[in-house]
Amino acid sequence: MERVAIVGIGQTKFGEHWKLSLRDLMAEAGGKAVGDAGIAGKEIQAIYGGTMSTGRMIGQEHIGALIADSMGLNPIPSTRVENACASGGTALREAYLAVSGGHYDLVVAGGVEKMTDVYTEQASLALGGAADQEWEVFFGATFPALYALIATMHMHKYGTTEEQLARVAVKNHHNGSLNPLAQFPFEVTIEKVMASPKVSDPLKLLDCSPITDGAAAVILASERTAKKICDNPIWINGSAQASDTLALHDRKDLCTLNASVVAGREAIAQSGLKLNEIDLAEIHDCFTIAEICAVEDLGFVKKGEGGKAMETGMFDLNSEISVNPSGGLKACGHPVGATGIKQAVEAVEQLRGDAGKRQVKGAKTALTHNVGGSGATCVVHIFSKIARGDS
Amino acid sequence: MPHRKSLGLIWRRLPQRYRLMGTKCTTCGTHFFPPRQWCPTCRRKGKIVEHRMKGKGLVYSYTVVRVPQQGFAMESPYVLAIIELNEGPKLTAQICDISPEEVEIGMPVKAVFRKISEDGNTGIIHYAYKFLPDVKA
Repeated sequence: MERVAIVGIGQTKFGEHWKLSLRDLMAEAGGKAVGDAGIAGKEIQAIYGGTMSTGRMIGQEHIGALIADSMGLNPIPSTRVENACASGGTALREAYLAVSGGHYDLVVAGGVEKMTDVYTEQASLALGGAADQEWEVFFGATFPALYALIATMHMHKYGTTEEQLARVAVKNHHNGSLNPLAQFPFEVTIEKVMASPKVSDPLKLLDCSPITDGAAAVILASERTAKKICDNPIWINGSAQASDTLALHDRKDLCTLNASVVAGREAIAQSGLKLNEIDLAEIHDCFTIAEICAVEDLGFVKKGEGGKAMETGMFDLNSEISVNPSGGLKACGHPVGATGIKQAVEAVEQLRGDAGKRQVKGAKTALTHNVGGSGATCVVHIFSKIARGDS
Repeated sequence: MPHRKSLGLIWRRLPQRYRLMGTKCTTCGTHFFPPRQWCPTCRRKGKIVEHRMKGKGLVYSYTVVRVPQQGFAMESPYVLAIIELNEGPKLTAQICDISPEEVEIGMPVKAVFRKISEDGNTGIIHYAYKFLPDVKA
């Protein structure tokens, strides 16, 4: 297998972009990535674009073609990738597989979602498409409700508290306050999270990630091309994906997202790293409880200890392992299809040492963790300043 | 915007939603509800037959939905739960005729036939199972 590096990154500001369409967002992120890579663009051989629900949000399908067209890159092949909220991470993995398999030398993995062109209720219905329509949504399940069912069980089984959930939001908002591209670049307090309106008990408004417009893009290159065009490549040393039952109720253990366990284990094994050698992790905190489950599923702490670990500050910026230095989905925002790619953009910025005020000091390795639905898809990538096999 | 569904989409699930008709693998004895056409354990060696669930079980986890999805505004706030049926499988359903603070994990419940939601003001009315508190076994 070819070794693969990221040689260019681009991201729009995340937020409510009244003046920008899906096309504008993609063109901005793609243009920034091409500029960052220092290439003209015509060298790009293929595009993989992650997006979840453009049909429901703006009536537009056929996004692969739209990306290639809007970036002026016809006639190269361009493919939409959909895996609910893990669409971006899956697009990155498809691009990685194409390059590592030797099919291409230079490809784009992008992600985009334009969510504020419909009312919140419509956006929520579209997001519900990531759950089981026949057996969950039909009976009144919303996405916050599904994660609330996990939270109730986690609290019951392990004594996790609502304050510990709130601590995740406080941490991620602090990190987000240092990120100029974040949707909500401001601090919140535990009291403020606890006093926010209840959405689905025990989850409150500030336990939930927002509805966001945004796009992100990364450019992947084979080792040969990367060494030719780039003096600071960041290597993808692990890429793994796993699946689980679509409906939450079919899981053996509500508190374990087995797709995270499997994808995390495989990606780490590919990288040759030990878990304690990871300096930072961008984790799929669509709800605060999701981050607590993820740090357990990935093995950073034992099952059931995630809540307490949040309280001790183990995952704060520049502590034991910095989790969600970008602000995560919670504070940076969650334009669904773009999230998995934004995580890669953050990993690369951090490993280049370009992350400004939220820089994880001396960061050499990063993990990204992108989840679809209530855990039916998970994609994990490992990034490093040093290519796999080199020392 | 009404979220209109075709009649076929509703009719084909009536046996499951009205009578809790699930399936069972006669090779390994595992029950499935919602029904599965393939036994994930036995694969091709499995033999799937219809099996009606008795509708009794325990609350496995629950939440009180305070921001409802479209079509459920009249019910809000409502208790949504994962129920573990006595036959083994788990499903997602509302618990009704109970105040939210009375629900707890491990509470016995039984299935009843109820209205679930409306497809807009003039669309189909959806019916299916909800669960009620049951006397302790």
